[in-house]
Amino acid sequence: MTLSTISGWGNYPKQKSQLLTPPSQDELKAIIIKENGLIARGMGRSYGDSANAPKVLRTTFYDHFIEFDEVTGRLTAEAGITLREILGVIVPKGWFLPVTPGTSYVTLGGAIASDVHGKNHHIAGTFGQHVNSMIMVLGTGEVVTVSPSSYGDLFHATCGGMGLTGVIISATIQLIPIRSSLIKQKTIKADCIEDVCEAFENNINVTYSVAWIDCLAKGKRLGRSILILGEHAKSGSLDLVIKDPISVPLNAPTALLNYLTMKTFNSAYWHGAKHNQNRLVPLMPYFYPLDAIGSWNKMYGKAGFLQYQFVIPKAGGVANMRRLLEEIAKTGLGSFLAVLKQFSNANKNLLSFPTEGYTLALDFKLTETTIKTLHRLDELIVEMGGRVYLTKDAVMQEATFKATYHNWEVFESVRKNYGAIGKFSSEQSKRLGLA
Amino acid sequence: MKKVLIIGATSAIADHCARIWAARGYELFLVARNEERLQTILADLKVRGAVKVNKFCVDINCIDQHVELLNSAESTMSGVDIVLLAHGTLSNQESCEQSVEETMGEIQTNALSTISLLTLIANRFETRKLGTIAVISSVAGDRGRASNYVYGSAKAMVTVFTSGLRQRLFKSNVSVVTVKPGFVDTPMTADFKKGLLWVKPSLIANKIVRAVDRRRSEIYAPAFWFLVMIIIKIVPMWIFKRMRRF
Repeated sequence: MTLSTISGWGNYPKQKSQLLTPPSQDELKAIIIKENGLIARGMGRSYGDSANAPKVLRTTFYDHFIEFDEVTGRLTAEAGITLREILGVIVPKGWFLPVTPGTSYVTLGGAIASDVHGKNHHIAGTFGQHVNSMIMVLGTGEVVTVSPSSYGDLFHATCGGMGLTGVIISATIQLIPIRSSLIKQKTIKADCIEDVCEAFENNINVTYSVAWIDCLAKGKRLGRSILILGEHAKSGSLDLVIKDPISVPLNAPTALLNYLTMKTFNSAYWHGAKHNQNRLVPLMPYFYPLDAIGSWNKMYGKAGFLQYQFVIPKAGGVANMRRLLEEIAKTGLGSFLAVLKQFSNANKNLLSFPTEGYTLALDFKLTETTIKTLHRLDELIVEMGGRVYLTKDAVMQEATFKATYHNWEVFESVRKNYGAIGKFSSEQSKRLGLA
Repeated sequence: MKKVLIIGATSAIADHCARIWAARGYELFLVARNEERLQTILADLKVRGAVKVNKFCVDINCIDQHVELLNSAESTMSGVDIVLLAHGTLSNQESCEQSVEETMGEIQTNALSTISLLTLIANRFETRKLGTIAVISSVAGDRGRASNYVYGSAKAMVTVFTSGLRQRLFKSNVSVVTVKPGFVDTPMTADFKKGLLWVKPSLIANKIVRAVDRRRSEIYAPAFWFLVMIIIKIVPMWIFKRMRRF
């Protein structure tokens, strides 16, 4: 038995793990029946330990298209295919993903298990809301077709269920039509957190909106941001240029990313942006700017980093966001990149992250104080009635999880009914006190 | 539009080559043993843009079916421009050492079946004075090592055979491309500990397709294996035989 060292995209925590690569569905079933404590793992792009386990099932070889109806935009594919592969086929035919996260290097199954959201959450909701059906292998080895109308409880537990309900083999999703592969982008500069939240509200009908936020600015300028709006262009070509990324071959020296360099970068970025600028940008760099650099995670050095994304309710959200930003600025940790977004209502998926309010995503270099700082922020977020995104989490405590993901007990009962308990678990699920 | 025959079409490397050719709109004829997986790949290639894809299910060790297989490919596509031989199994060295039957079986799959196909294909292409034959050999065939010399010697036979065939067919305008991959992360190598030298099958496929386009003779994939193998080959035998099993 060979063990390999694996970790999530944040390179923390690391784990010695046996990688299982069943070449066919029959062998996959046999492994699931025989082994315990498994978790499916695709591209390993969730940041923390949600795809870490002593035994992982690699799904990246299940990466075949099954059917694509170019007339209706209905796509069926195996769960290990990446969104990047899907884009290469669908965009030239005039279709696009209904919801996409900030990287195209995630698998279809991973996007469902994390119930990912994108810049259009306020309009389109999460990825799971566009899944018509999926085929899963349960802990019993049974293969079932799951949709909102058949095995509905299992469907809503699996979308956002972090791989803890079974293994997704394939899924059918409904794509959205586009007439061009270009995006009409508009940037708006906002001087403080109050201004940017107001700008989100004023642009609630725009399809895509997200704000880059300078989380190192203090006082009057706290929360100064650049709101980036986007719409699919109505005409133009459907050509798609997918370039191979430039790679960061080695871990950067840890000292490279420090308070000073981050402050300089953030400040330069803010001053460099133009207010009310309109331009046409290609789809790939618009949705996936960081995909241009392979392994950008190595910029944080060998120790790795922690991603932290939380949502707080809309009521009192602006004042609470100011308080949290102040708290973050006080720690001096600093985040190289911080992203703010407005969410609309939550969906029916049991562990899905988004709820109505404001969400902020940050990344922090891993140091001794980072984890303590995050636990302190967790406390504030619990108080404010918010929650933290499981896909990015590596350090959340059980009590925090159970206090903020109110459906966790229902989730556990669904897992129990479908033979998932004991079969499927990750380092994250153990930390969060799931059976 | 070219017509490609792929033997061992369910192998991860062949699958990725087929995807590139499908996206170019080529016509494909897939041969493999596992019907279900062959069907999965066939459907996938259609979505990726292949004009036509057909399949033929056979155990490649049934050498008496090779003529029928080639006839079927030629008549279905009305001709073949490119052949990719990608079938194979990764031998379990230790159990081969204990079993004549298993050793012979591995040589049969990884060398003899390929030799049979090459003999038939070479004659057809030679008559037409056109075509490209790409064969997946391995860096393991460059020098026998204790850890995998059964697999290695089968691949050595393929390398030497294709070298001779290339020389013979050169004047007939038929090119023979020998591909020597290093460590590739596929289901076939699932049980190996993966390190820095390991690459994805899509990368190897890119290199194979480019080598076919350019009618190259012999390629190491990735290219650094050329240097690695030079070093392994120049170690004097009196030292080599004393080295730890690797």
